[in-house]
Amino acid sequence: MTNDLTIPVHRDSIILNSIYNGKKRVSDSLLTALIYLCALISIFILIGIMGYVFVRGVSQINVAFLTTVPSTIKGTFGILGNIVNTLYVVTITLVIATPLGVGSAIYLNEYAKGGKVVRIIEFTTETLSGIPSIIFGLFGYVFFGTTLGLGYSILTGALTLSIMVLPLITRTTQEALKTVPESYRSGALGIGATKWYMIRTILLPSAMPGIVTGIILAIGRIVGESAALLFTAGSGYILPKSFLGKIFESGGTLTIQLYLCMQKAKYDEAFGIAVVLLVIVLAINGFAKYLSHKFNTEAKES
Amino acid sequence: MQSKSYSIFGGHGSKSGIEHAAEVIFTICGFFAVLAVASISIYMLTSGTPALFKVGILDILFGSVWKPDAAVPSFGILYVILTSIVGTALAILIGVPIGVMTSVFLAEVAPQKLADIVRPAVELLAGIPSVIYGLLGILILNPIMYDLELKIFKGSSTHQFTGGANLISAVLVLALMILPTVINISETALRSVPQHFRSASLALGATKIQTIFHVVIPAAKSGIITAIVLGTGRAIGEAMAISLVSGSSVNIPLPFHSVRFLTTAIVSEMSYASGLHKQVLFTIGLVLFIFIMMINVILNSLLKKGGNKNDK
Repeated sequence: MTNDLTIPVHRDSIILNSIYNGKKRVSDSLLTALIYLCALISIFILIGIMGYVFVRGVSQINVAFLTTVPSTIKGTFGILGNIVNTLYVVTITLVIATPLGVGSAIYLNEYAKGGKVVRIIEFTTETLSGIPSIIFGLFGYVFFGTTLGLGYSILTGALTLSIMVLPLITRTTQEALKTVPESYRSGALGIGATKWYMIRTILLPSAMPGIVTGIILAIGRIVGESAALLFTAGSGYILPKSFLGKIFESGGTLTIQLYLCMQKAKYDEAFGIAVVLLVIVLAINGFAKYLSHKFNTEAKES
Repeated sequence: MQSKSYSIFGGHGSKSGIEHAAEVIFTICGFFAVLAVASISIYMLTSGTPALFKVGILDILFGSVWKPDAAVPSFGILYVILTSIVGTALAILIGVPIGVMTSVFLAEVAPQKLADIVRPAVELLAGIPSVIYGLLGILILNPIMYDLELKIFKGSSTHQFTGGANLISAVLVLALMILPTVINISETALRSVPQHFRSASLALGATKIQTIFHVVIPAAKSGIITAIVLGTGRAIGEAMAISLVSGSSVNIPLPFHSVRFLTTAIVSEMSYASGLHKQVLFTIGLVLFIFIMMINVILNSLLKKGGNKNDK
């Protein structure tokens, strides 16, 4: 009986003032339209970019394009040299940056006692990730290229990029280490493991998917980088003569070659390289997504 | 006595050499970031300051004539600095409203399924190499700008035609490039606004749109400001995407002028510069570095403020 409407109200007023048929506000519909418009612009731009690059570039891709080097005698244009250079730069950068980044994250998360030191390190890491790549390029050019006398070489480029991707690897590793439950640590230490043994056998394996995701993101950053490499790795496009000697020679990555093509107004070749780059970036993105997704569901299940 | 040596209270013996080595190595790794930032700062300062004194601080920072190759060279970078400031400000003005609206769409308006498709797409936008943006800028924006230019300055005899490589093109490319940063960070900020804020507002009779603009966005203010500051940093530091789109002469930053940014001046002149010219380019780098450091300090204090608020 309590549900019965007992309040004496005028019937009409209920219908007229009901919140269910309140009139629409003009400003509301305007703003909704604006929100949809902006979202449409963003989505349209993205699809437009991808579509345009693929449409213009796919016809450029063929076996010769991927397996030769530019040659004025044969009149061919290919990017094999740049692909090899990119692989060199990625590998060397990761070999340098991964241990440093992971080590730094371990220090911050496991060894550091907190306080001022950690704040300073975290501030500088933050700063490092905010510095634009052109500044890294200038620094690498002066420090590695001139002061250390490495000149324009793949090593100079890789050393410069290692500083650049360091904060990325540090941060993702730190995040991964934070998700390892505290009980793992106390458990391992409680049964007598030393700290380094605990880190090596318990922490690092548990945090591995997160660390790998960080490394993959770093690869994406290196592949897409150009400003930091222009004055450090140079623009060589010849295939390496010797495996190790190449490290000290100049070598332009795919992005540098793309930039040079743009400068010379060879837009068709440029679009071909752009397609290759986009495919790599897409693959890296997808892989990182897959890994972090897998990691997350595993963490939830356990 | 024998058993005592196995005791966990053994002290010195329990920590082996490897343990100490590991700790020392990790500590060194930890300080590597500090070392890197310190050496970058020192190198930027030492290679950027000589030209300041050789040319004269006022001449270089407030001079408006840039003729590095003339017989009597003059190195005024005022217009270059102004271009970077004006260009970044315009890019923020265009990019931030679109970015924030898109993040509102993703966090509040869009159905879950649609948001799940759009969000990774936006993240992908952040991963596209900057040279590709430049390539598209040259081939799509510049011709449009050239058409506009031909129409607007049809009878003008004083206007220098740029072929479409002008400030507007560069600003549009920059605005596009900061979109992913702004969208991602503001969306995170919007999502972290507690649900009961929205419920309370809706219960008071506010419409959904009123709730978004009067309750949710003000509550996420600090996150959105962080997004804007990060976007500013990205825009002012971007080099390769706009180096060919913005034209190649030093000019007052007006919409249809071919202009040069701090970053593009370095990119396009470094390869052939020598002597004093090169030192001046490093000074330009130093100016850029100072801008970036200022942005970093602002960002850091913003983050600290946000952190304190969350701790309460």
